[in-house]
Amino acid sequence: MAGQAILNVESIFDNLSYGSAPDSESAALSWLNKHSRHFGLYINGQWVHRDAQITVESRNPANDELLATTVEASEDDINLAISTSREAFNIWSSLNAHVRARYLYSIARTLQKCQSLLAVVEAIDSGKTTRETRATDIPAVIRHFYHYAGWAQIKDSELAKWKPYGVTVILPHWSFPLLHLGSRVAAALATGNTVIILPSTLAPLSALLFADICSQVGLPKGVVNVVTASKDVSLLSHPNVDKVVFAGSIEDGQRVRKLTAGTGKSLSLELSGRCPVLVFEEADIDSAVEGIIEAAFFNNGLSNHSGTRLLIQETVYSQVIEKLKIRMSKLTVGKNFEKNNDQGPLISSEVALKLITLLQSPHGGQVYQVEGVPNQNNYFPPTLIYDVQTSSEVYVDEFYGPLLVAVAFRTVKEGIALANHSVYGIAASVWTENINIALEAASCIQAGTVWINAHNLTDAAAGVGGCKKSGYGRSGGKRSLYDYVQPNYQNRSVPRTINVDFNKFGTSSSADILPIAPPTDTAGDKLSVDKTYKLFYGGGQKRPDSGASYPIRSASNQVLGYVPDGGRKDIRNAVEAADKVARSWAKKEGHGKAQILYFIAENLQSRLKEFADLISAMTNKSKEESTNEVEVAIQRLFYWAAYCDKYGGLVQETSLYGLTVEKNESVGVIGIVCPDNFPFLGFISLVAPAIARGNAVVIVPSNKFPLAALGFHQILETSDLPGGVINIITGDQDVLTRTLTEHHDVNAVWYFGSAEGSKFVEFGSAGNVKATWVSYGAEVDFINNCDGEELLYHSTTTKSIWMPMGDVFAN
Amino acid sequence: MMAEQINCGCDFNEALIKNVKINLSAVTRRAAEIASRRAVKKQWQAAWELRAISCIDLTTLAGDDTPSNVSRLCFKAACPLSKELMNLLKWQKEKVLTTAAVCVYPNQVKAAREALAKAGHLEIPIASVATGFPCGQTPLSSRLAEIRAAVEDGASEIDIVINRTYALTGNWKGVYDEVKLMKEACGKAHMKTILATGELGSLSNIYKASMVCMMAGADFIKTSTGKEGVNATFVVALVMIRAIRDFNNITKQKIGFKPAGGIRTAKDACVWLSMMKEELGEEYTSNKFFRFGASALLADIERQLYHFATGCYPALIDMPMG
Repeated sequence: MAGQAILNVESIFDNLSYGSAPDSESAALSWLNKHSRHFGLYINGQWVHRDAQITVESRNPANDELLATTVEASEDDINLAISTSREAFNIWSSLNAHVRARYLYSIARTLQKCQSLLAVVEAIDSGKTTRETRATDIPAVIRHFYHYAGWAQIKDSELAKWKPYGVTVILPHWSFPLLHLGSRVAAALATGNTVIILPSTLAPLSALLFADICSQVGLPKGVVNVVTASKDVSLLSHPNVDKVVFAGSIEDGQRVRKLTAGTGKSLSLELSGRCPVLVFEEADIDSAVEGIIEAAFFNNGLSNHSGTRLLIQETVYSQVIEKLKIRMSKLTVGKNFEKNNDQGPLISSEVALKLITLLQSPHGGQVYQVEGVPNQNNYFPPTLIYDVQTSSEVYVDEFYGPLLVAVAFRTVKEGIALANHSVYGIAASVWTENINIALEAASCIQAGTVWINAHNLTDAAAGVGGCKKSGYGRSGGKRSLYDYVQPNYQNRSVPRTINVDFNKFGTSSSADILPIAPPTDTAGDKLSVDKTYKLFYGGGQKRPDSGASYPIRSASNQVLGYVPDGGRKDIRNAVEAADKVARSWAKKEGHGKAQILYFIAENLQSRLKEFADLISAMTNKSKEESTNEVEVAIQRLFYWAAYCDKYGGLVQETSLYGLTVEKNESVGVIGIVCPDNFPFLGFISLVAPAIARGNAVVIVPSNKFPLAALGFHQILETSDLPGGVINIITGDQDVLTRTLTEHHDVNAVWYFGSAEGSKFVEFGSAGNVKATWVSYGAEVDFINNCDGEELLYHSTTTKSIWMPMGDVFAN
Repeated sequence: MMAEQINCGCDFNEALIKNVKINLSAVTRRAAEIASRRAVKKQWQAAWELRAISCIDLTTLAGDDTPSNVSRLCFKAACPLSKELMNLLKWQKEKVLTTAAVCVYPNQVKAAREALAKAGHLEIPIASVATGFPCGQTPLSSRLAEIRAAVEDGASEIDIVINRTYALTGNWKGVYDEVKLMKEACGKAHMKTILATGELGSLSNIYKASMVCMMAGADFIKTSTGKEGVNATFVVALVMIRAIRDFNNITKQKIGFKPAGGIRTAKDACVWLSMMKEELGEEYTSNKFFRFGASALLADIERQLYHFATGCYPALIDMPMG
């Protein structure tokens, strides 16, 4: 032992300081050296190096030292990555499920063997503390591969009616470079897709190490490609990419949505959050304070699951703030390879700069910051701003970092209202020992995850993801698999360029409202009475705002009736009506909803002939075919009545001692634009599952043949359906589509019109990041398809509720 | 020794034990974290281990205790590490390193006192368990008499057990009254109150028992007798430590904490010290406010220090027997 070390013992005995407990970087550095500190692209099972490529530097956030250089992929590289991925897909997707399971299992095993190296590589590149990469990130990645190895094995029985998309591009966020990568890659591979990973330029190294691991596992060539580039445009706009999985900022998510609009690529988005932490007066306050520390400062505060909005009941507000400040004073900030540091450097100085700017903006609050933080521009102290105003930028703006703001609320109702009054919806935590408050808050808070008396618990078996502007799609659990598969009947239409003028689409009605000859009776010998339909919303028939109607003609050009030319204001009114009733309809018990759907089916049965005749007259389909369409519609109503009380969710088998419930919840207000090929069955097939699962809908019937759908209001009016649950608006389909797509109170749009309209819907949905389901102009066979799981998927969103339990601690 | 820190207690205040909310799963997560958030290595580890020794109430509480093993215990307390090891560690302090106290049954207090006198270390306090230890199921009068006898014989610290019958039936005032009488019986001797946490059934009962004892004048609150099925755990400790913090906020009195039972490794000892430092602050890591109730811990610390000083692992016989 060194003499100096011994000499210090006495003084340490007196002051009981912690000293240094450094973690070693050496494993990471020798791996980097093995690659000569330079990485090519990992394509088709090998490292591709080209001469004279543009390189990007990867630096250690702790000391700005150069770690390695990566290359900027060229167009050719991207093309090669995609073509080899496509070739690999043909092989990979046709492998026996068990073989794929073995590969995933093998990846898990290999990751496990390399976990120490993975932990230090992830830390050195991202600034995360090694304490956290060792204890949290890497074990979670491994757990995901084991979990999905299981899904790969049972895929054929669990997803019998589904097939993989194909070439999947995965863009992990820099906040969890390897965990985002792992959870998504595992799900994509398990379901038979091949993947191209584009890591963030801020922290690409763990993805490159993952490539090495895939190579060691002997994964078939091209199944996993890793490319590095500072821009994602050429990769994402490539026609042969089938699926894009993105994690990142809302702005980037919106950009990706617009970029891929109309191309037939499926998209999943996990975007930013400002998660509320609700501390009620009956909470275990000391535990809540620890929870706040975990919520706000885990992962250097750099997480979309960070609890950055602290909402505290006024009765315990000052107590919580005082205890929190004392607890925060114990936090240590410094090198991330030091085991005694709670927080390391932020991944870049830009992230810190945003925090500084926010701190300087007016917020009306008081600031508490931890002292003793290294004086470097990418370090930022754990910061609490309390008594802030809810209109301030620190309360509202999107950011990543160790900063939280505190606000008081008076009642449970107000607490929940504050939590939900936000564009974000990724997660929340609720702190109370009162089970009634805990469960009600968990149920009412709009988020993909709600923790009760905990924060940041995760497990591969429980879905993670957002609602509202925090995105759609899930990672973890069975639900996540649906983000990587499409129905067997569906074939992606051949990619083609569709030109849509987004500024002009649907801005004016093209309805033919010039006077025409009156409709004649089918007998044809006397002047018949006008059959003029009305819009149906808020539970009643309404005249369109324009006051205009236009004729619907039969195949033989006879006018069958006049339908209202609804427009923007009618959609606005309908959405308002839907929004108003959506929450109470979602809460209505399943049996009650089923009764209404059965009632609708009964009433339709008694008027079967009338509807069949109308379909026949409109479409020129045979009587038999039209009768069949109505009969199938009645079956569908029965089918969805059955599902009103049979899809509540699951108990997920996570590591939690307690219950992790995955609750299937309604999406909210869904805008539906119906197809022409099954003017009535399409309408019923879409509206029935939506309302069965608790959504309110604003539905635009078939453009050409709207009468049967519009006439359906008569049945609704006699079936005890609460006003506003189903709202039917006719008019120029493009105008109505535009309005629905751009309305921020509409949570999802299902569109079965033209290819152009599909593109517009996807493009326009970026505004409030609403979920979309579009046909890209392809015709769907509603007689044989479009039922079951697919509709359940689109009609619901999931919320994972973590409910720890336990009071027995001894004996 | 250590007479200046005496908790005067306060009147029984039911408000302090009303609406107690303790969430076991959250406390368990925090307790598990404490061990992972801080680490001490190399000379820090050695220094912390030495500090741990200075906090040990070196204990023997067995039916077969006799003057001979009590005497060995006392000599070990006076000289916990061999001279050779102290030299290797370059310990040059004027103050010799001893354990914080020895802890024995009332009947062994005299023997302990004689042994410490022989060792020339009468400054080492003798702690005596009392009040029908470990179960406390004897009449109050005899429990109080035990305290007086132990003090009479030379004990300057008394580790009492609380009345679990009262605690489990919610008679907190009853617990308070008894402990208060015990405090009186202690006189100038320090009183540590053993909650027997393993028998209290819930974490909220542990919190309440902690508060009630502190109100009644406990100078230390102690987890267990070492005889219950579950003894000192970090989960239980966290609840008691939070009670100490809350009591300090209200009364400004500083109360000590003594985990006892099941603490056997040097590594654990460092975590306990770290827990005190993080949760209560620097001041609470000295033996004035922190004690280990342990018998086997010292041997493991000796082993670790020997390894630190020499670079090799010792055999048991390399360490003097206690």
